[in-house]
Amino acid sequence: MGKITLRNVVKRFGDAEVIPPLDLDIENGEFVVFVGPSGCGKSTLLRLIAGLEDTSDGVISIDGLDATDTPPAKRGLAMVFQSYALYPHMTVRKNIAFPLKMAGLSPEAAAKKVEAAAKVLNLTAYLDRKPGQLSGGQRQRVAIGRAIVREPKAFLFDEPLSNLDAALRVNMRLEISELHQTLKTTMVYVTHDQVEAMTMADKIVVLNAGRIEQVGSPLTLYNRPANLFVAGFIGSPKMNFVTGAEAEAHGAPTIGIRPEHIDLSAQNGDWQGKVGVSEHLGSDTFLHVHVPEVGVVTVRAGGEVAARHGDTVWLTLQADRIHRFGPDGKAL
Amino acid sequence: MATKASRTAARAMVSPAVILLLGWMIVPLAMTLYFSFLRYNLLNPTQGGFAGFDNYYYFLTNPAFFQALTNTLTLVLGVLVITVFGGIGLALLLDQPIWGQGVVRVLVIAPFFVMPTVSALVWKNMFMNPVNGMFAHMAKAMGLQPYDFLAHAPLASIIVIVAWQWLPFSTLILLTALQSLDREQQEAAEMDGASVFNRFVYLTVPHLTRAVTVVILIQTIFLLSVFAEILVTTNGGPGTASTNISYLVYAQSLLNYDVGGGSAGGIIAVILANIVAFFVMRMIGKNLDA
Ligand SMILES: Nc1ncnc2c1ncn2[C@@H]1O[C@H](COP(=O)(O)OP(=O)(O)O)[C@@H](O)[C@H]1O
Ligand SMILES: [Mg+2]
Repeated sequence: MGKITLRNVVKRFGDAEVIPPLDLDIENGEFVVFVGPSGCGKSTLLRLIAGLEDTSDGVISIDGLDATDTPPAKRGLAMVFQSYALYPHMTVRKNIAFPLKMAGLSPEAAAKKVEAAAKVLNLTAYLDRKPGQLSGGQRQRVAIGRAIVREPKAFLFDEPLSNLDAALRVNMRLEISELHQTLKTTMVYVTHDQVEAMTMADKIVVLNAGRIEQVGSPLTLYNRPANLFVAGFIGSPKMNFVTGAEAEAHGAPTIGIRPEHIDLSAQNGDWQGKVGVSEHLGSDTFLHVHVPEVGVVTVRAGGEVAARHGDTVWLTLQADRIHRFGPDGKAL
Repeated sequence: MATKASRTAARAMVSPAVILLLGWMIVPLAMTLYFSFLRYNLLNPTQGGFAGFDNYYYFLTNPAFFQALTNTLTLVLGVLVITVFGGIGLALLLDQPIWGQGVVRVLVIAPFFVMPTVSALVWKNMFMNPVNGMFAHMAKAMGLQPYDFLAHAPLASIIVIVAWQWLPFSTLILLTALQSLDREQQEAAEMDGASVFNRFVYLTVPHLTRAVTVVILIQTIFLLSVFAEILVTTNGGPGTASTNISYLVYAQSLLNYDVGGGSAGGIIAVILANIVAFFVMRMIGKNLDA
């Protein structure tokens, strides 16, 4: 079981209110991702759930029981830190066994669990090494191993992949998703990377300055962003926003259109523009098109598009994909 | 320092310093070695010439020698125990967020800036003096008989004085080590269910071993040659109860005017220091490997 509920949770550091009153439900077995720009309070929120920070106000309950004042060790949650936080003078084996030892488990039973976890995480060959002798990805796995053996109600991850190189990050992303499929334990995952959020989450919580901007499945956020912030944050490259007369023509103060929802033509369309920088990724090409009266519009085109710098192109917006936002930034 | 040329240049650049330091060390050592084989007593200038190993023989068979040896080792060990454990305790306290932290830290470090002779005199006259000392007053206030520390427990008193001087050093080094302890590790251990005590045993202590090693190595070097504190407090006495090797060398060469015997003692002190260094490195040197 691992159902976590936050009601009116507030966190203040001195006078600074980092988390204004916030409600959130995390269902049992869900993979929830907190995503938002750096400094928006993701880590703080996670640490509140973990019990590493005291709430200034509000109630956190785990499996229906009030856990607001429960010490971290008693909450039954396991955390994987950004810096891995492995114990440097202990071998991998001892690192993974540490929570079991602290729980008073017999050494034989602990050894069995460590072996099992090591097998799942491909760490068997490294059990007698010290963390300093491991690569970043292996350290990450040890940190996860230390969390798994406790059989927690929920896993908490704080930007676990941000210290890894790009290729490894993609691998570990898959491994963690894989692990979630196997264990079916609740996971709460913090990241500033919307790609990680989109690829891993069952449910994404978009945070901005401590406030929840929107909660929903990845595709909900992609297809129906609740406001300008979510629209701009989810999706890569970023959604194009247009204001002024062109927007009014579509019936809103601001409209948004994703680069992949603009059709490109050499002959005709809604907007005429000049190609600026074009980024060739092989599978796709991102064109930055300068449209008079509108600004720079990013367009996603096929990998074979032969547009050059300075070429004149025509853009057509896919009418049913246009997002309209009111004067307060909320979606209409 | 990758290419052959840069290595050669580096050697050429550091050689003046190395040669200077080597000369600085070799010349006095060679002269001491030379004197230690001479019959050379300032009270007896007519007697001279080569003495063979006589000076060594007399120094080593001097009944004071064995006591000086045990005193030296007791002093080193006693001060190390007090400063390491006291230092860890103080460092843990100073690491807490307390009001007036800056002032408290300066106060803790202050003894290190007091010269050994001065601090030993202060201890001798203001604290341990059986008539006017603070401790005597305290004892009298409680209706007890004042205790003459330097007469009845001279070595222990000197250990306390020297430990007081070195406590700031170990506290400072251990405090910086404590402050470099990773906060996320502590939090991870907290989530893993480790109590405050367990976190100290399994995280803090292993983290401190390297700093403790540094403290032990550096202090051992200085503590083997404690001299000023003994000279101004007990003069090595009563009898030889608080004489260590360096004080014995001084007594031999400058109180007995026996230059040859004193030099032999000096050479023995050097050998002893190397033996101690060897064992200390054997025991704890591996802690310094990264
Ligand atoms: N211990 C603290 N004391 C004061 N302010 C803090 C503390 N921890 C975090 N903050 C502030 O809270 C805000 C959110 O921090 P954090 O949760 O770490 O952001 P994120 O993880 O989303 O990057 C930041 O503005 C940060 O400066
Ligand atoms: Mg963070």
